[in-house]
Amino acid sequence: MRVLLRRLGFYLLAAWVALTVNFFLPRLVPGNPVATAIGHLTFVNAQVVDAIKAQFGVGINDSIWIQYVHYWGDLIHGNLGVSWGNSFEPVTSLIGAALPWTLGLLGVATVVSFLLGTFIGIGLGWMRSPWLDWLIPGATFFQAIPYFFLGTVLLMAFATGLHWFPISQGYQTTGVESVTPGLNWAYLVSLIDHGVLPASTIVLTSIAGWMLGMRNMMVITMDEDFVLVARAKGLPARKVVWYAARNAILPSVANFSLAISLVVAGQLLVEIVFSYPGIGYLLFHAVTNQDYPMVQGIFLVITLVVLLANFLADIVYVSLDPRVRQEA
Amino acid sequence: MSTTVQGLTSAPIAGGSAPAVPRFRALRLPHSPKVIAGLVILLLFALLAVIGPVIAPYSPTHTDLRWVQIVPAHGLFGSPQILPLSPSRGHLLGTTIYANDVLSQLLVSARATMLVGFLAGAAATLLSIVVGVTAGYIGGFTDDGLSLASNVFLAIPGLPLLIVLASYVPGADSSPVLIALIVAVTGWAYGARTLRAQTLSLRNREFVEAARVSGESSFRIIVYEVLPNLVPIAASSFLFTTLYALGAYVALAYLGLAGSNIWNWGLMLMQAQAESAPASGWWWWWAPPGFCIALLGCGLALLNFGMDEFINPRLRDAGLSRKDARRAGIRRRPKLGFTPVIRKPAP
Repeated sequence: MRVLLRRLGFYLLAAWVALTVNFFLPRLVPGNPVATAIGHLTFVNAQVVDAIKAQFGVGINDSIWIQYVHYWGDLIHGNLGVSWGNSFEPVTSLIGAALPWTLGLLGVATVVSFLLGTFIGIGLGWMRSPWLDWLIPGATFFQAIPYFFLGTVLLMAFATGLHWFPISQGYQTTGVESVTPGLNWAYLVSLIDHGVLPASTIVLTSIAGWMLGMRNMMVITMDEDFVLVARAKGLPARKVVWYAARNAILPSVANFSLAISLVVAGQLLVEIVFSYPGIGYLLFHAVTNQDYPMVQGIFLVITLVVLLANFLADIVYVSLDPRVRQEA
Repeated sequence: MSTTVQGLTSAPIAGGSAPAVPRFRALRLPHSPKVIAGLVILLLFALLAVIGPVIAPYSPTHTDLRWVQIVPAHGLFGSPQILPLSPSRGHLLGTTIYANDVLSQLLVSARATMLVGFLAGAAATLLSIVVGVTAGYIGGFTDDGLSLASNVFLAIPGLPLLIVLASYVPGADSSPVLIALIVAVTGWAYGARTLRAQTLSLRNREFVEAARVSGESSFRIIVYEVLPNLVPIAASSFLFTTLYALGAYVALAYLGLAGSNIWNWGLMLMQAQAESAPASGWWWWWAPPGFCIALLGCGLALLNFGMDEFINPRLRDAGLSRKDARRAGIRRRPKLGFTPVIRKPAP
């Protein structure tokens, strides 16, 4: 329990650093680009202007520390300002609408990629044939391809070319086949249909990392004494592999934090290619329109989501490895 | 009695006059096909980065109305349609809808893409060596502080931070060097963590203790005793970071945050996507830059495999060919016991 509390403290610190960078960056950068961008906007009313100026510290006489306190007050009330690119709608509600899409896709793709990659890695570490080992450079080729490029290739092949899957969006919204969101069969089918290609892109590009990590750790664990003992006792191969795999999986779980941040980055780009109605698609439009409140809000939300995912991975790790619990 | 002492003391001298071990043996990579393929790919792209802009047949921004096909308007309200040309003898990779030559853009783009990738990789590795080795060697509060900093940077997702930084830092859209530095700031943490762990294990080895006892300064010990032993890990971290930097730069350019003056493969992909080249079937526009990025990334990853197999020899035997295994007298799939580690004779 103490381990988890310490990790929680660390993630709170990391979140504080991210949020503070988020606050200071627009204020410390020379020739404040936000001030220039505000100058180009046409406003609906003076109240909005004041709110935006207060958010970025443009033309405000308060000291930076008072602004910092106000910033935290706004954050605690869930007020991230208004989006310039979307007729001044609150950033919070726009992100709130997009977040379930991103989380759903991310969750499914990450779980599939982790399980599949780990199982293939176990197999490769166990069999160790030179032929099978060429599977890893093959998978790395997919890892080296930029996410959005692989997404484009899949889109070309399976959507535009073969017409197996739809080209864009999260579910069918137009035409005779349009569905209404809700708990109905047609909507769920449409949801899965639209999710297959983006999810496959993420799985294909992220699976090599899990595979390689698991395979290398298997090779090392197979040399441990307890595996030797298990074999010498004459246990069936299946059981020996199970003993080794249980121990080899720990670094994979420990490295989850590095992987998740790469996967999130990839997912943001994949969403752009497939016009998937998630955070990445929002981010793309925010960046194109120089919609600074939106960019900052999205950075904040993604950071919090990733930190939360890391914490969940830590809980799993602590429950898997008794040595970590012992240390505390 | 005296002879024994003499024998003991003379032993190291005799050892010292034995044939010297090659000085840079630590840098010798395993001669596996993966490493060779990786090196060939990297050298090819390095060559492209140097001579690419010189051998490009046209300027990447040069336009010519004859380089696009203009379909006249149909009916009263239609507007003329502009189509790019598919690959031909005059344009080996066709043209874009803006009437530019794709091959020229591809060749010119090699330089900036490679420059940013390798510069960012080098800067991030330098930073991670400084932070990791300092933290690992000095220990105490310094270690706690630096480890905390690198863990925080590791936990904050890289690309979103990169996007926020790139959209605020002035001039980031016109300077590849500035972009490389921003990428390096977001990419050093992983290397720092691995290098710290290795330094920690080296710190208490006997040869480091010996140097410390003989009164050498910390700086000298770090540079002459610790650093040479970190070369393989630092090299692996460099390759890994360069791969990350390449992806990050291309992603920034694809989002339109790397400016439109500096030609790179991400910018080409962005323009192609903006004009929906994939959906229109203009493969010669979007496929070549993507393929180049993938191939370069693959080269880096292959070399990294070689590095990993070098750092941990147990990973190496899997790549052993049947002939080598028989020559070394081992069974390739041992049922019991340890992984064979084989040192192949130097060629």
